[in-house]
Amino acid sequence: MSAVPFSHNTTASNQGARSAEGATASTAPVAAAVAHAVDSGAAHGSAGVAGMQPDFDLARVRADFPILSEVRVHGRPLVYLDNAASSQMPQAVIERIVRYQRSGHANIHRGVHYLSDQATNAFEAARSTVRAFLNACEDREIIFTSGTTEAINLVASSWGRSALQPGDEIILSELEHHANIVPWQMVCDEKGARIRVIPVTDSGELDLEAYRRLFNARTRLVGVAHVSNALGTVNPVQEMISIAHAYGVPVLVDGAQAVPHETVDVQALDCDFYAFSGHKLYGPTGIGVLYGRAALLEQMPPYKGGGDMILSVSFEKTTYNHIPHKFEAGTPAIMPAIALAAAIDYVNGIGLPRMGAWEQHLLAHATARLAAIEGVRIIGTAPHKAAVLSFNIGNVHPHDVGSLLNDEGIAVRTGHHCAQPVMKRFGVPATVRASFAFYNTLAEVDLLADAIGRIKTLFE
Amino acid sequence: MESRALYQEVILDHNRKPRNYGRLEQPTHHSEGLNPLCGDHIQLDVAVDGEQIKQLAFEGQSCAICKASASMMSAAVKGRSVAEADQLVDGFRALATGTADAEQMVTLGRLRVFEGIKDLPSRVKCAVLPWHTLHAALHAQSVVSTEGDADPVPGNPT
Ligand SMILES: Cc1ncc(COP(=O)(O)O)c(C=O)c1O
Repeated sequence: MSAVPFSHNTTASNQGARSAEGATASTAPVAAAVAHAVDSGAAHGSAGVAGMQPDFDLARVRADFPILSEVRVHGRPLVYLDNAASSQMPQAVIERIVRYQRSGHANIHRGVHYLSDQATNAFEAARSTVRAFLNACEDREIIFTSGTTEAINLVASSWGRSALQPGDEIILSELEHHANIVPWQMVCDEKGARIRVIPVTDSGELDLEAYRRLFNARTRLVGVAHVSNALGTVNPVQEMISIAHAYGVPVLVDGAQAVPHETVDVQALDCDFYAFSGHKLYGPTGIGVLYGRAALLEQMPPYKGGGDMILSVSFEKTTYNHIPHKFEAGTPAIMPAIALAAAIDYVNGIGLPRMGAWEQHLLAHATARLAAIEGVRIIGTAPHKAAVLSFNIGNVHPHDVGSLLNDEGIAVRTGHHCAQPVMKRFGVPATVRASFAFYNTLAEVDLLADAIGRIKTLFE
Repeated sequence: MESRALYQEVILDHNRKPRNYGRLEQPTHHSEGLNPLCGDHIQLDVAVDGEQIKQLAFEGQSCAICKASASMMSAAVKGRSVAEADQLVDGFRALATGTADAEQMVTLGRLRVFEGIKDLPSRVKCAVLPWHTLHAALHAQSVVSTEGDADPVPGNPT
């Protein structure tokens, strides 16, 4: 089967065309917004952004996401800049969910009847889609989980409980999401192992020299985010993996914030585990993925017990199923897995490189506009960032900023972003975080920047 | 409701120049208030003499709503009896949840600028935290959290 499902290009644009026709009124302002976006880029003259347009039809793409036109906040159009928390779902995925529930649902791997076969095939096809998306070698290396959090917990419990000994060490970074800290603390407490931390520089990058120095004969695993959800830093995971492998240490990459922005190739990275969530990739909640190298997964004990994860059960002896089923006890999230595959198809139809390129322009424009406002401090200034912008305005508490932005229809995240260690590193309890998706416009970035300017004045 | 309506001059002013900000040298009562969801964290010292609240001071990291609420609370209860402070605590909680009766509204006086908070569910806890902390201090609880069993606004969406 081909790695990239070609038909989706046409599917995506057909859908775009269809919804655009059906909602001329609501898409008109989008076209205007896009036009304005181009102007405003020029007006503010931020280098490399002026006159910039995406390499895809932005108005049509926006029409693919019903929520962007259907929701109004305080009578204003929704400006959704909280994509790192959860992204929105395109019509193609919504329709796939409806189609599955209307005519494709049954339990999988169990029945001999028509619907069960249909659902099983769709579920396993979804696994293949994910396999191709990550360029993994084999379908059986793809385990469906409820999300990134469960994927990491799976590795911490299964691999961690069987491989860790007292005195062993795990290396994590200072900018991890709590999901890549707490499961390791739990298993390390249980096993008498300890966590060593890769420090973060003032710009928000990992200190690779310090990283190298953390390795010793007791190092058993490295866990690192591909992209930081709090700062946006893209970590040099490929280099970090080759360093770890030189010591014979496997690496788990938390890819929750990376997969929506760039093409991930687990073979090229040579990572041992890779985790991500469907709901940050234009799919539904309740589904995530753990990629694991087959040789490692085969050695690992099951993580949950139940149906589907066994070959035979008796009270004397139970034989576990093969991977990936060994790790998928119970009825899985069938519909969300199928919807995730539809989301991947949608993304492939547009192309992550094109999406990522536009997001970089949004980020550059937002960074330039916010940096120009006196008193705004941007937290996370690494040269290589994904579309995440964390900042504070003087001493104004991020929660006040978030509430006031909400008045203008602008959705951002405020708080510690489940990454308290990195907040502490930068001496702030919380930040305002705007995170962009390919469907955002330069005009939306300008709305944000203008609103930030007004909020700053209000608190002076 | 738009939150801008809440950020009135009174609230912005108390946020800029909080009254009774700092710590007391000899508090008779103390409590610490935490709102883990947004990171609001305040320390509250109270000096009670007999039945009367002689002094109180607060300090901490918090949003404008929380800080202004603490500042206005400190001004409102200073010099009052513990029983009167308790009544104000009840009144403020009722105000923030939209259940205050006419009599409570009168007693609350200037604190009524917080009335709009009832329509901003995600911010109710910010406004109530200082009052919750005061109640805890006066009734001998050392740490209170908006996420504990004693949540002042149970079931409030966050
Ligand atoms: C870097 C990172 N890791 C892990 C997670 C947890 O993802 P989920 O809540 O979908 O399991 C997130 C989501 O916020 C994240 O940004």
